Amino acid sequence: MDFLAPTTWADALAAKAEHPDALPVAGGTDVMVEINFDHARPPALLDLTRLPVLREWARDGGRIRLGAGVTYARVIDELGATLPGLAMASRTVGSPQIRNRGTVGGNLGSASPAGDSHPALLAADTTVEVASVRGVRLLPIGEFFTGVKRSALAPDELIAAVLITPPSGPQQYCKIGTRNAMVIAVSAFGFALHPDRRGVGTGIGSAAPTPRRAPAAEEFLAGELEAAGLWDSRGALPDGLAREFGHRVRDAASPIDDVRGTAAYRLASLSVMARRAATWAWDAHRSAACGPSDEDPPVRMHP
Amino acid sequence: MTTSATPATAATSTRAGVAGRIGESPLRPDGTLKVTGEFAYASDLWHDQMVWGVTLRSPHPHARIVSIDLSAALAVPGVSAVLTADDVPGVNAVGLEHLDQPALATGVVRYEGEPVALVAADHPETARRAAKRIVVTYEVLPAVTDPRRALDADTPRVHDGGNLVRRMAVRRGDPSPSAPVVVALEFEVGMQDQAFLGPESGLAVPAEDGGVDLYVATQWLHVDQDQICRVLGLPPEQVRLSLAGVGGAFGGREDLSMHVHACLLALRTGKPVKMSYSREESFFGHVHRHPAWLSYEFGAERDGTLVYAKADVLLDGGAYASSTGAVVGNAGTLGLGPYRIPNVHVDARGVYTNNPPCGAMRGFGCVQAAFAYEALMDSLADAVGIDRVEIRVLNGMREGDSNITGQVIDSAAPVAELIAIVRDMPLPPDRAENPDLRDLPGGVSNTTHGEGVVRGVGYAVTYKNVGFSEGFDDHSTARVRLEITGGEPVVTVQTAAAEVGQGLITVEQQICRTELGVERVVVHPKDTTVGSGGSTSASRQTYVTGGAVKAACEAVRSSVLARAAAVLGRDDLRLEGDKIVAQDRHGSGEVLAGLAEILGTDAVEETVQWRHRPTHPIDPLTGQGDAHVQYAFSAHRAVVDVDVELGLVKVVALDTAQDVGLAINPDAVLGQIQGGSAQGMGLALMEEIVVTDGHVRNPSFTDYLIPTILDMPPMTIQVLEYADPHAPYGVRGVGEPPTISSGPAVAAAVRAATGRPLRRVPIRPEHIVGG
Ligand SMILES: Cc1cc2nc3c(=O)[nH]c(=O)nc-3n(C[C@H](O)[C@H](O)[C@H](O)COP(=O)(O)OP(=O)(O)OC[C@H]3O[C@@H](n4cnc5c(N)ncnc54)[C@H](O)[C@@H]3O)c2cc1C
Repeated sequence: MDFLAPTTWADALAAKAEHPDALPVAGGTDVMVEINFDHARPPALLDLTRLPVLREWARDGGRIRLGAGVTYARVIDELGATLPGLAMASRTVGSPQIRNRGTVGGNLGSASPAGDSHPALLAADTTVEVASVRGVRLLPIGEFFTGVKRSALAPDELIAAVLITPPSGPQQYCKIGTRNAMVIAVSAFGFALHPDRRGVGTGIGSAAPTPRRAPAAEEFLAGELEAAGLWDSRGALPDGLAREFGHRVRDAASPIDDVRGTAAYRLASLSVMARRAATWAWDAHRSAACGPSDEDPPVRMHP
Repeated sequence: MTTSATPATAATSTRAGVAGRIGESPLRPDGTLKVTGEFAYASDLWHDQMVWGVTLRSPHPHARIVSIDLSAALAVPGVSAVLTADDVPGVNAVGLEHLDQPALATGVVRYEGEPVALVAADHPETARRAAKRIVVTYEVLPAVTDPRRALDADTPRVHDGGNLVRRMAVRRGDPSPSAPVVVALEFEVGMQDQAFLGPESGLAVPAEDGGVDLYVATQWLHVDQDQICRVLGLPPEQVRLSLAGVGGAFGGREDLSMHVHACLLALRTGKPVKMSYSREESFFGHVHRHPAWLSYEFGAERDGTLVYAKADVLLDGGAYASSTGAVVGNAGTLGLGPYRIPNVHVDARGVYTNNPPCGAMRGFGCVQAAFAYEALMDSLADAVGIDRVEIRVLNGMREGDSNITGQVIDSAAPVAELIAIVRDMPLPPDRAENPDLRDLPGGVSNTTHGEGVVRGVGYAVTYKNVGFSEGFDDHSTARVRLEITGGEPVVTVQTAAAEVGQGLITVEQQICRTELGVERVVVHPKDTTVGSGGSTSASRQTYVTGGAVKAACEAVRSSVLARAAAVLGRDDLRLEGDKIVAQDRHGSGEVLAGLAEILGTDAVEETVQWRHRPTHPIDPLTGQGDAHVQYAFSAHRAVVDVDVELGLVKVVALDTAQDVGLAINPDAVLGQIQGGSAQGMGLALMEEIVVTDGHVRNPSFTDYLIPTILDMPPMTIQVLEYADPHAPYGVRGVGEPPTISSGPAVAAAVRAATGRPLRRVPIRPEHIVGG
């Protein structure tokens, strides 16, 4: 097995163009498992850890440009307040060791329907920046996932970064697992409120062949908030509305039965998570308007 | 965690002198190494000339082997041997109770994962790839996968003798009793795995005498030796076993795994052979806890006093018997719990199927039954309108009672006290106004901020036999030697009893220090150069090997004191602080001589084979008899928060009280109780090997979930020490009871929170929300 270790982004893209079947390796937390279990036997590995550029994040115009090689631990530490949805999702990933190695780019690279960053990225209207020697493509995240563990990445492309507009409203991330840590999602839900454009963002995990949004539920909730004048009044979110939103999120999923959970449970849990997440986000939005802005962070954890 | 030890004190005089005696908690010699990652486990074994062995396993739960073509595997460069059943020199049969399992499959495979062929090669990856080139042609046969149909007339036979491994009936009192209050239930327990962290590993080194030396992680060296000898066709002198570092066992290392395979390859290649399973292979490489289907009925007076109990217990033994017979024995004799029940009708059966073989696991037949009888005890309390603790106090066994096999409980049976202790422990505070996410169901997965969360409290109490039962010759052997080395007295203690992480080596040292008053105690490596220590299972080693070490020390001591008496001309002597001191009544302990003066260059050595009181077979028709040597009791109280809309559970508290007779090593006792409680909680909430049509669907720690530190709450533990007058120092086995009573308490707490019957464990979220 060849081991390609470029030290510049240009070299990395050139190497990928020359060896399209080389498997990129970032944190290795998916790749090494695949190799150790003999599920993958790539002819070459393309090491991305010597590319400082991948590990950077910065404000880029109005957006945050998050390098593909930023680990979950750093998202939590450095971007907890800036990208709260992604940070909440990152906290649910694996164990401290996995969060220290695993990257958002690697999560996208694997494109698992259970990847925890995906629902948060979907809800936040993320753009994926992919690159090759042919140039850069900007893909709306909704177009990135094409099938079970398949993405729109071309064989000569690498993921450079994700571009996320800092949220104009609260975000939430919820994940079901049958133990309280180190667990693959049975189902997951990401939620973002976009008061600037009076919109709602959603992301569903582990309940369809790919991570996906629930567009009808988004439109429904945004429209009902509009119709009831709630965007302006910031009145309480009616329980019935939250409930109906939950049902519509559920209806956007198409889960299967597997060893981790039943399809019926995945549907039921999505409905509950969506209702709760929308309510928490709306409540935070309301209190942010009347109280001081340094509200309780959405995740309460003692140090 | 708080602990307390009441009410008795140490049974032996422990006057000031050497440190690290019984009743203290000296540091374990393996502790630091394990914490720092330096401990050498069996998977770390190494020999410069070694080759690697791998196993080819059946992909089918039931199939006829039509042909095996080895040529492509043999052609792989680096391969030194490829073996099948045809290469077995001795009898191709192993098994703890029945020799029903081939070392390598012949003619037919009976479960997914059954070993079919072996490969040795100079690199493990080469061996694995060569194994994939072995062409086995199978004719797939219908598989028996529903144990509830295993005994039906039209079900295929897994073995020629039929599908029944053992049936046990227990009958007592009125054969057709009636009672004013009757409650009944059916319960199902999923297949739990021992999930030890150190996968099966060992190194077999061929010897010049034509024999083999095997270094292996195991629970019982001598029973392994016995089985290996039969397969290899060699006498015990030529099959020598040494214990390698064991990374947990819990019953999963009672049966052979790679032992014989590595020996076969070593003898064939003439080279040392290492075998080490991957995590996935480990799930196929050892037996699991029997899944169970239980049907129970209690009849009681209107005040809740039990009149009768009926139970039907079905255990899926899988493809080979392993210790299914003894597990049935426990489920039958102990399957109604620590209660006084005058009229009893129990049927327990273990059957063959083409599912994974099941055998020993911590709690051994009592775990499954406890889920059923404790759930039914709660139903009875509700039916007669009394408190769930009161019902247990009312019906709890007491010293002097007969249990359901008619055996008189002739030492402490503190059921009422234990359950009352856990009831009276302080309850955890109510959920905080603004709780930390980690204190809520779902944890940092952020599924609730309090919505839908309901608290529940549940209780359970149990008892478990200690040691091997039903007339088994359950003994252990200890060799103790006292000599002067470098001017200092040193004790060397040798037993073949396996240290599997529980702390037996420390206990052996403590006993020697206590009995011989000598501080330096060397524990000889565990091997077959001394007689059998019996199995490290059934919570028995501190009792039985501890008893053997104590007896050997006593023999050494009398021999040393006899010499001293001859030298000093007086016989009121004892050993203390490396000295011979006067045995005076006032305890002044006047020093009369140093041990060096008495021993000179001589070593005093004694070897003792020690037995506990005999047990007896039970009557095959009535199940009556003194089947067990000792009973150990424990109770748990679980407090859970359940998100009733999502079905997620947070165990808030898991508190316990247990009678241990005497805590030889109090820290080790607490460790056993904490670990056992976590394992029982795991079965209640998450641990299950999911088997569909004979195939294991989750052979990995990705999908076989065991509790993490975020799932296990801090524990309050109260240890009682009611000495058993029949046991050395009064000890009572410790390791298993916590695994038995914790799960039912957790399940009861979840029922209390949700109001759902929840008649199956592990309880999954969809069972709670009904999805
Ligand atoms: C014990 C354990 C627990 C885990 N728990 C979770 C969990 O809770 N939630 C979760 O979502 N995941 C979990 N994972 C999976 C894994 O940690 C994540 O998917 C992680 O994000 C992968 O990142 P990585 O940097 O390690 O990727 P790698 O393993 O290095 O790569 C993953 C894939 O992405 C590709 N890739 C990586 N970077 C790029 C790039 N820049 N351009 C193109 N392709 C790229 C690789 O070729 C590979 O196909 C767990 C894994 C383990 C071992």
